[in-house]
Amino acid sequence: MTTTLETSLTAQGAEAPVETFDLKVDDVRALNKAIHQSANGRSFAVEHPGGKHSLAVGVNASLDVEINGHAGYYAAGMNQGGRITIHGNAGVGVAENMMSGIVHVTGDASQSAGATAHGGLLVIDGNASARCGISMKGVDIVVGGNIGHMSAFMAQAGRLVVCGDAGEALGDSIYEARIYVKGKVASLGADCVAKEMREEHLAELAGLLHAAGRDGDPADFTRYGSARTLYNFHVDNSSAY
Amino acid sequence: MTLTAPDHTQAVPALAAPSLAELGLRESATFDRATIADIQRAAETGIYDIRGWGAKRKVPHFDDLLFLGASMSRYPLEGYREKCGTDVVLGGRYASKPLRLETPVTIAGMSFGALSANAKEALGRGASAVGTSTTTGDGGMTPEERGQSKHLVYQYLPSRYGMNPDDLRKADAIEVVLGQGAKPGGGGMLLGQKITERVAGMRTLPIGIDQRSACRHPDWTGPDDLEIKIAELREITDWEKPIYVKIGASRPYYDTALAVKSGADVVVLDGMQGGTAATQQVFIENVGIPTLAAIPQAVQALQELGMHRKVQLIVSGGIRTGADVAKAMALGADAVAIGTAALIALGDNNPRYAAEYAKLGSAAGFYDDFQDGRDPAGISTQDPELSARLDPVAGGRRIANYLRVLTMEAQTIARACGKAHLHNLEPEDLVALTIESAAMARVPLAGTSWVPGATGTGF
Repeated sequence: MTTTLETSLTAQGAEAPVETFDLKVDDVRALNKAIHQSANGRSFAVEHPGGKHSLAVGVNASLDVEINGHAGYYAAGMNQGGRITIHGNAGVGVAENMMSGIVHVTGDASQSAGATAHGGLLVIDGNASARCGISMKGVDIVVGGNIGHMSAFMAQAGRLVVCGDAGEALGDSIYEARIYVKGKVASLGADCVAKEMREEHLAELAGLLHAAGRDGDPADFTRYGSARTLYNFHVDNSSAY
Repeated sequence: MTLTAPDHTQAVPALAAPSLAELGLRESATFDRATIADIQRAAETGIYDIRGWGAKRKVPHFDDLLFLGASMSRYPLEGYREKCGTDVVLGGRYASKPLRLETPVTIAGMSFGALSANAKEALGRGASAVGTSTTTGDGGMTPEERGQSKHLVYQYLPSRYGMNPDDLRKADAIEVVLGQGAKPGGGGMLLGQKITERVAGMRTLPIGIDQRSACRHPDWTGPDDLEIKIAELREITDWEKPIYVKIGASRPYYDTALAVKSGADVVVLDGMQGGTAATQQVFIENVGIPTLAAIPQAVQALQELGMHRKVQLIVSGGIRTGADVAKAMALGADAVAIGTAALIALGDNNPRYAAEYAKLGSAAGFYDDFQDGRDPAGISTQDPELSARLDPVAGGRRIANYLRVLTMEAQTIARACGKAHLHNLEPEDLVALTIESAAMARVPLAGTSWVPGATGTGF
C-alpha cells in the first residue's frame, strides 16, 4: 500500500488523507481489508484497477472510494454506506446487493448492474447491458444511456430510471418496482405495463434525476410497473408463465 | 398431494387387498389408484399438483447396501470402551475459520417462511446441543435462528431474499445454492397463504402473493462466473468463512469437479429423495438421480482432482438412520445433512394428529402439503395458532436426541467394521443386495466379486 499525502474533502467536510492502492503493486485483498477496517470519513483511491474483480466490496462505513479506471465483476458489491466512484466502465454485477450509499459509474456497465440491491443509489452515466436491476429490492438506479434486455426482471422494489432506450422484455414478472423510461422500449415483459405519470411520480422522478446530477424534464418519461395479474397463480394465465 | 378422491379413511378397510382378490378384481400396475386420482384431479382443476417432501417413488437406496463387519482378517473395536471419533472439519481449503463439528450429521437448508419460526429455532437448538450446524434457506436469516445456532450456514440463493452483508458476516459458513435434489433446475415457490407480514417483509414482497424464486442466479452463469462470485464473497468476508456449493444430483461428476474448480471449500450433494417445501410433483418424481447413484460420481471427481477429504463432501437426500450415515460416509462423504428426517423428529406426520390430517384430506405418514401452511404439527406453517403447538425448547430436545441416536448408530457400525473414526469407513466395508445398487454404489453384489459396470470384476 502506498499512502500519499494528498487530501480530499470528505462528506463531513473534514480533511483526511487519501489512502492509495496501486493495483499494479498491491493486491485486491489488501485493499478490501483496509476498507473493511476503516472508520467513517476515510478516503481511498485505487490506481491501475485494470479490470480486476471485487474492488471495494463489502464497504461497511460512510467512506469514499475513487477507482481510477475500469473495474471487473462485482465492483462495490454489497456496498453499505460508501460513496464509490468508478472513473471508467464496470463489469458484471456492479453494486450487486447494495444496501445503502452511492455507486457512480462514469462509463458503461455490463450485465446485472445493481442486481438484487436493497437500497442506495446507483448512477451509470453511460449505458447498462442486459438485466440491469434484476431482482432489485429497493435500490434506485439512474442510467444516462440505454439498458439491455430483461432489465428489471422480477424487480421487487425501488426505482429504475432510463434516460435512453430499454431493450426487450423490460420488467418481466415485475413486482412493486417502478420504472421510468425516456426513450423507446423494445418490448415489455410479462405483466409489465405502461402507467400514468401522476404528480407524485413526476416529483419522485425529478428527485431521482437531481440526485444523479442529471437535467431533463420528468414529463418526457413514461412510467412502467406491474399489472399485478400474475401475483396469484391462475390456470387461465398459464400461457404467460 | 391433495387427495380429492372419496374419504379414504372409510374406503380403505372395504377395499382391503384380500377381498379385492376374492372378488377377482385386478388393479392395474400402470394405472393404480394413486395414478387414477392424479388424472382425475388434473382434469378437475387444470393445474399440476404442488406438494412438499422429496421423491416418493422407490429407488435404489442405502437399504440396498450391507456392511460386512469384522471377521478373521479385520478386528472390531470394543463397543463401549474403544473410541470411535465423529468430529469433522469443514472448509479448511481456503477459509481461515473452518467449521469444527462434533458430529458429521448436519441440518440441511430450510427457510423461515417454509417453516415456522419455532421450527427454525428448534432446529438451531437441537443442532447446537450436539455441536453441529444448521442452515438458513430462501428468505434470509432470522434472529431466532442465529441466536440459537452455534454453527449457522447462510444460504446464498438465486432470489437473494433477505440477503445482506451484515448477516453474511454473522454466518459461520456460506452455501451458494445451485440446485436442490428434489428439483435440480427448478426455482422456489412459496404460495400466498404462507406470505405473512413478517415473511413478506423479509423477502421485500407484497403480503399474500404467490412468491416465485428464480432458478438461476441473477449475476453469474456457469463455473467461470461462479469462481469470481465465490472470490467476491470471500473478499466481503475477509476470507474467513467456508464457502459451500450445493448441487442437486443430476450430473454430480461434472458439477463436483466444476465446484472444486470454482473454489468451493465444501460440496453439498442433494439426491432426489431430498425434500422441498413446495414443488410440482412431476418435477420431484422425474428429475434428478438417487442419492446412492450420485455419491460415487462426486467422490470419483474429488479423487481424480486429488481433492477428496480436502474439499469436503456433504451428502443429503434420504438420510434416516445411523446406518444411512455410515453408508454415505463409507462411500466417501465427509458429512451428511438431514431435512425431512429432522422435521419428522420434530413431530411431522405424527399419528397423534391423525384426525387433523384426515380433515386436510391426508393421513399421518402421507402428509406432504407443506405448501398449504396448514400443518397440524406447527412446522410447515406461518399460522400463529398452529406454530404455537411446537415448543422450540422441547422440539430442540427431540432434534438433539435424534442427532445423538444417528451418531451412536453410525459409531456402532463403524466399530463393528474396526474403524476408530467414522471417516475410516470405506467402500470395501460394503456389499450390495441388488444388481442396480451394486452398479450405482460401485460395490460388489453380496456374495460375489461382481461390480456391474466395472471392468475385471467377472461376468
